[in-house]
Formats: sequence, structure tokens, C-alpha cells
Amino acid sequence: MKAAVVVFPGSNRDRDMMRAIEIVTGHAPVAVWHGDTDLPPVDLVTLPGGFTYGDYLRAGAIAARAPIMTAVAERAAAGVPVLGVCNGFQILCEAGLLPGILMRNADLHFICKPVRLKVETADSVFTNAFAAGDVIDCPVAHGEGNYRCGEATLRELVGEDRIAFRYVDDLNGSVDRIAGILNDRRNVLGMMPHPENLVEPIHGGLSGRGVFESLVDAALEVTA
Amino acid sequence: MNAATPITPDLVAGHGLTAGEYQHAVELTGRTPTLTELGIFSAMWNEHCSYKSSKKWLRTLPTTGPRVIQGPGENAGVVDIGDGQVVIFKMESHNHPSFIEPYQGAATGVGGILRDVFTMGARPIAALNALRFGAPDHPKTRHLVAGVVAGIGGYGNAFGVPTIGGEVNFDPGYNGNNLVNAFAAGIASADAVFYSAAAGVGMPVVYLGSKTGRDGIHGASMASAEFDDASHEKRPTVQVGDPFAEKLLLEACLELMATGAVIAIQDMGAAGLTCSAVEMGAKGGLGIELDLDAVPCREDGMSAYEMMLSESQERMLMVLHPDKQAEAEAVFAKWGLDFAVVGRTTDDLRFRVRHRGRVEADLPIHELGDDAPEYSRPFLLTQPPEPLAADAVPASDDPAADLLALVGSPDLASRRWVYEQYDHLIQGNTVQTPGGDAAVVRVRGQKGLAFSVDVTPRYCTADPFEGGKQAVAECWRNLTAVGAQPLAVTDNLNFGNPERPEIMGQLVGAIEGIKAACTALDFPVVSGNVSLYNETNGEAIPPTPAIGGVGLVEDIGRSASLAFKAEGETILLFGAPPAWGTCLGQSIWLRDIADRADGAPPPVDLDHERRVGDTVRQAIREGLVTAVHDLSDGGLAVAIAEMAIASGIGATLDQPPGDAPTASLFGEDQGRYLATARADDIGALRDLAEKDGIDLVTIGTTGGSALTLGRSGPISVAKLAEAHANWFPAYMAGG
Repeated sequence: MKAAVVVFPGSNRDRDMMRAIEIVTGHAPVAVWHGDTDLPPVDLVTLPGGFTYGDYLRAGAIAARAPIMTAVAERAAAGVPVLGVCNGFQILCEAGLLPGILMRNADLHFICKPVRLKVETADSVFTNAFAAGDVIDCPVAHGEGNYRCGEATLRELVGEDRIAFRYVDDLNGSVDRIAGILNDRRNVLGMMPHPENLVEPIHGGLSGRGVFESLVDAALEVTA
Repeated sequence: MNAATPITPDLVAGHGLTAGEYQHAVELTGRTPTLTELGIFSAMWNEHCSYKSSKKWLRTLPTTGPRVIQGPGENAGVVDIGDGQVVIFKMESHNHPSFIEPYQGAATGVGGILRDVFTMGARPIAALNALRFGAPDHPKTRHLVAGVVAGIGGYGNAFGVPTIGGEVNFDPGYNGNNLVNAFAAGIASADAVFYSAAAGVGMPVVYLGSKTGRDGIHGASMASAEFDDASHEKRPTVQVGDPFAEKLLLEACLELMATGAVIAIQDMGAAGLTCSAVEMGAKGGLGIELDLDAVPCREDGMSAYEMMLSESQERMLMVLHPDKQAEAEAVFAKWGLDFAVVGRTTDDLRFRVRHRGRVEADLPIHELGDDAPEYSRPFLLTQPPEPLAADAVPASDDPAADLLALVGSPDLASRRWVYEQYDHLIQGNTVQTPGGDAAVVRVRGQKGLAFSVDVTPRYCTADPFEGGKQAVAECWRNLTAVGAQPLAVTDNLNFGNPERPEIMGQLVGAIEGIKAACTALDFPVVSGNVSLYNETNGEAIPPTPAIGGVGLVEDIGRSASLAFKAEGETILLFGAPPAWGTCLGQSIWLRDIADRADGAPPPVDLDHERRVGDTVRQAIREGLVTAVHDLSDGGLAVAIAEMAIASGIGATLDQPPGDAPTASLFGEDQGRYLATARADDIGALRDLAEKDGIDLVTIGTTGGSALTLGRSGPISVAKLAEAHANWFPAYMAGG
């Protein structure tokens, strides 16, 4: 599986993401600069965590307008899987590739710790290696992970089985304890927790591999 | 003020220079200095930049060792960790700014120390901090804790370095002057370490990073004066941090260094452009000529004086190879950072500053740096108190109840509320998260580094010499407790006004203690920082020589942590006297339960410390112990409670031997470790201890859901855990 990791000014989990992808898939991903306008042919585009442009405006708002994002949107429209983690999730929402928005955590504090995360659907290229209902301990590290959307959107997300992950316990005030959502084509996933920091024994667990293994499986199916 | 401002005695005093220092400046200048020159002298000769009160004593510290590549004098210390890699680290204070404006003060403290590390070519891999606040019930404390913690997190999290450990303590002695000591470490290739000495005449001096504004002017001078009630008026001298700019600067600098363009590099920290330019020239035996018209400015109409004293953050000064200038500029353009040639090196050993066609400063460069005033200040050593007599302290009525109170007390409660606001997992290499004896990060393969920051100010207050020894010994012990071989330290010496002989005596005593311990433990000092004048309205802080230590973990698979691992394991005590513990003088129990702060602090027997530590480390490496925890604040009882809380597993201890169970359980004797082991390994451990001549006793067994302290207790682990967890969030939610 070939993957691209988009690097924006202020991305800071880009190296974590690249290493996780390499560990799980055996192939080093390509780093793509935010100012580029083309993406190489890949089976996965990822937007890593960080504080793009310092996130001094709304988190992800400036990165969502970077030159590379036109190409990301085109790939998403063409059905290529796009994974945004943490700041990547915020960018996807700001870019309109996912509905809703991420606000400051309800207690206004940055929070870094492992949380219990429930896999809500196995029906996606990102989660097919899990079973719906699986609970994993996955790290979070964010200040603005409080997912918010309108009632109609929430009904759609629930009705169309597009909530990929929920926090088992309320973490940051997110509506319906949402931790990750899919777009309507189910090929764009945004999630606040960090599966890329849960792929080696020193991380205290390997469950984050499931996200990348799912993508490998999905890529193999496409190839077949 | 402008260039025509007359230099009056008031103006000189306002710049923090004594009449004698000013006279020396006039002699060096050969005439009345210009206003800009006065500002430059003030910046170079203040206590913060010149170490004029401490230099004489700092010189006595051991700074070399087989692994030391660079000791004090550069931006940070450099230590060999094998495989062609070095660790580069330093700790530095940002006390005064953090008290005035806690968020930005702490944030820029983190930014400054990270810059010190990546200036030398290292990618930062770990940040720690040592924080001291006033009494919890002081009206300012909660606000300061909230601001400082948010500032540290705000900067480190966005920059992308894991903040993996540190200390937070409360004491009324810090009511008017909190301490924020920030530590950072990075990794570089041994063959790609960058230094600050300029080389070559006519080389371009290049300014990189953010633009220069009017923020932070006289920050270093502020850090060299006492506070009074009007100190909040100094808020404009606190800089504002931009971690985003710093992250770009990191990536751009590392990319630039890889091109081979960099001859010398110095970050603009305290006293900004002045200090960085003078240091690069003076160290390289060269003059520097600056053209301020080329300096990228954030504001219009900035004067030479303002530019030379600005402490705007996220800026670097470099000397570059002229033939690589275009390549260098392209790197910075890619990262969207300013790049400007602002001067050149010269062979006349002058520091010359031009602005708008005028020479604003023309000074001898060596004398500015190396010829800064140095004082041999009078000092009065602290008379240490007598040790407490065995019968001087009433016995505890109920040790289990005391333990419950202590684990939920301000100084011993869990710091989870703090460290969960720090991203301690980024980079994916964190092996041991905050909350243990030392944090451990993976470096490469199975190799890791351990980090700890330590000092016990109440010991230092009672006896600066023993306190200085103890700070080093505890740091060494914490690194040992995770299985690391201690390598070297950075020291951050926080004291009051050195012009008072009793304060100078504290500084001298502590440095002597640090020297004794670092020498005995082969634990050299490779970098550091001195923060003096930590006083408000004449009230000095407790002497606080914080020690940041680094240790090498050969195999992260063979490191130890403090949580009990299983029920039914034997609990062992290494290095303790027959009664387990004896020394209640200056202990937490005495202070918090008996409401007394007397007696001598526990003495550190450095030879014993070393032998016990070497044995424990050997036991960890041989896989003979399942959990290890050093004994410090609160003694054996608190240590065993922490092991139980971390695991949820209880323990039953024997009744302490001897007739003073309070001292056995809560005494803070040094050089002791608790460990657990499987029954099969006890024999091997006894052999190991016997071979090394180390006292080793079994004192109990793990298991159950409660802790029993001999005849006291049981007390449920859940109850202890609740008290331990709740104090900090409840405190911060209050008020």
C-alpha cells in the first residue's frame, strides 16, 4: 500500500504517522509539502496531527486553504481513502470534507492520556479489521477535540452509521461522545485519537494498527 | 529616550549598573558611552548574562568525564551516548517573567530552552520542568499554577516535544516569587554538533527567524533585580511566545545545518541581538559589525537601542559560508522565515553597530563578554541545625491515617492534573510516562534515555551543603531506579539576592554540596543557569538548586517502573539502616503532620549512595526485580503507597523493627530503594547484595486490596488512590 502524508507548517505528528504506516504496511509513505498542488498516485492520503499555522485562528482553518487541499479534495471525490488525525480531523472539517467542527475541550484544558475508545462500525476501509463494539485504549492529545454539529447532521451521522469511534466516557464535551466520523462515501475518516501512537509494544498496545491494517486489506481488495 | 539622552547617574542605575561598573564601562569605551552602548553594557553585565556573582564558585564544579563532549559555556551540554549519537541538554529558569505573566513567562521559558538545544543541531526529544509555587492558600497561587502549566503545555505541545516529567511543589517561601525551571534534551549526531564561536574574517552574519519587536526590552535586567509591589508594571518586559514560529525555526535550522552552510550559530535569548553577536565574536576571537538597517523589524521606527535590547522570541544569529548563502536563503524562504544578512565578521575585535548612517556602538568585543565584572561577594555560610534527638519527636498515633493524609497533601498528591495538559506521548518514543521516578524515552532500537529533575528546598534551607548533595543524589537515585546509568547533569541554581552575605552563603554551600556529590557519583555538570535576586520585598525564596539529570538505558526492555507487578511478591528494602528509617529532621511528616520544620536534614553518605545504586541497577539489568522505587519525600510509607496506588495491588508490611516506627515509616534517610521480586529470585538478590556489601531486608509481601503497615491499618488502596488523585483537581477547581 502506498501512502502520502501531507506536511503543513506546524504539523508535528507527521513523523509519528510516517513511522506507524511504515511499521504496519512495510512501506515508507511519501511526504507531500502543503505548497504542492499534486499528490503522487497513492492508496491513502493522511493529514497528520499538529498545530498548523499555530492554530491561532480556528484549528485547521488556514491549512484547509493550503494549495495541496484542492488535490486532497479531488482524491477524496475519486474515492481514495483520506485519513485525518487530530489536527488532520480539524482540517478536514474546515475544508468541508467532513461535516461539523471541533471546538475547545469542554474544560478548556489540553488533554493527553489514553482513553477507552469504542469502534462503532466495521463498515469502512479504516475499520474493517475491527469488529463493531470493540473497545481499545487509544491515546488522545488535543486542546480542541470537542466535536459539534447541527441536529440534522447528527441524525445523518447516526442514521448512516458514519460514527466510526466514540469515547466510552465523556472526554471533551463532544456531542454524542463522537471521537471520529466518516463522510457519506465512507472514504474520508477524521478522528481525534492517535492510532499512530498505538502501534508498538512501548506504546502500551497495538490496537492502533487496526486502522492501518484495514487500509492495507482494502487496498489489496482494490488491487485484486 | 533617544540617542541624545544624556547619560546621568539615574539612567546608569536604571540600567542596573553600579557606579563602579559604569566607570569600568567608560574606561573600556574611552569616552562617555552612547545610550545604545549603555544598553549593551547593561545587557552583557547583568547577573543573568554575566554570572558575575556565581562564576567564581561555578568554576569549581566537576565538568568533565569520559562521555562529556561539551561542558558549560555553550548553549547546552553535550554528552556521548554511543553509536555516534550525543544527547544535548540544559535547564534554565524563567522565574521572574512567569510570576508577572504566568502563561507567556512559562511558554517563553520552554521556547528558550528548546532553542538552546536545537541551536546545537539536536532535535528535541524531551522536555521537563521544575515548578515551585507559594502556599496553596495564597491568593495568587492557583492563578499562577493554572497559567504556568497552560503556558508550558501551550508551547511544548504545539512545538511537538514530549513533556515527560518534572516537579511541582508548594511552599510559602515562594509566595512572592515562583520558580519555573525548564529543561530540554535533544539528540544529534556526534559529528554534526554546532557551536557558537565564529570563524573566518568577512563572513556574513545572518539573522534568521521572527522579526524584532519592542517586546522583552530589559528582560535580562529584570531577571537580575528584586521584585517589589510594583513589579506587575514590568509586564511589558515579558516576551510573547510563538511556538509555531519556533517549530518552523527548528525545521529550517536542522535543514540548513545539513547543507553545511553553518559556521557558527547562537540563539537570541536573553539580551537578544547583543548577547548573541558578542558571544559569537568573542568566542571566535573576531570582531562583529552589525548593520541594523537590515534587521527585520515588526514595528516602525525602532531605535538602535531598542533593537539591541529586544528579546523578541524565535530568532537566531548565524555565521554562514558565503558560497552557501543562496542555498541557506532558499531553506528559510521555504519555511516562510525571515533571512537577512545583518553584518559580517571582522579582524579588529570590535563590536560595531551601525544604524541609519551612524555608528551607534563601537566597543571592544572581548572585554564586553570575558571582561564582565566578576565579584567575590562576602558570604556567611548557613549554620546547620543539630540532628533531631530520637526522643525529640512524639510517635505517630496512627501511621495509616498519617499516610492517607500525606498522599493527599499538596506536595505528595498526584500531578496528573498537570501532566495530562502536557503532550507526553508525541514522537511515539515515551517508554515511561510522568509519575514514575524518572521518565524514559526510546532513542533508537532498544536504547533509551532517562530524565529526572530534583531538589528538596526544605533540606537546602536547613543546610545548603547537605541539600545540594541531596539534590544530586536524589536525581542520580531516580535515574538508577529505572535502570539507567546516570551520565551527567545540568544545574539551575535559584537563590535570593547575592549581595546579602547569608544568601551568598546559601549559594556557596549548595554549590559545594553539588560539587561533592557530582564528584563522588561521577555525574559531571555540563550546563546550567543561575537565577539570583529571587526576592520580593526583601523576602528571599528558599535556596533551590534544581538538578536535571540524564541517564542511559542500554535496553528499554530491562528498565524498571514503580508499580507492583503481581500479588504474592516479596517486598525488599535496599540500603536502609536496621530500623528501616531513622531521620525525621526536615521530613514531610514532621512538617505536614507534626507541624514542625526543625532538625538537620538527612545526611547523604555518597559512598553508600553509589554502592547501593550500583547494586540496584545491576539487579534491574539482570531482571531480578519486578518493580523499583526510590525513597524520598514521605519516606518508606509514602513510597510503598505510591507503588500500591500505581498498580491497584495492596501490600502487607512487617511491623518495623526498633522502637520508633514513625521514623521507620516516615523517616527520609537517603540512599534507599524499595523493590519487589519473585520468590525464586530472592536468593540471587541476597547474593548480589552480600557481594556488594549492601543491606538488603525483606519487609513484606504484595497482595490484596489494602495496605497494612505492621500493626497499623489496613487501609484500602482505593481510598489511598482517591486521596492521591483528588487533591490537585479539587484544589484547581476551588477558589
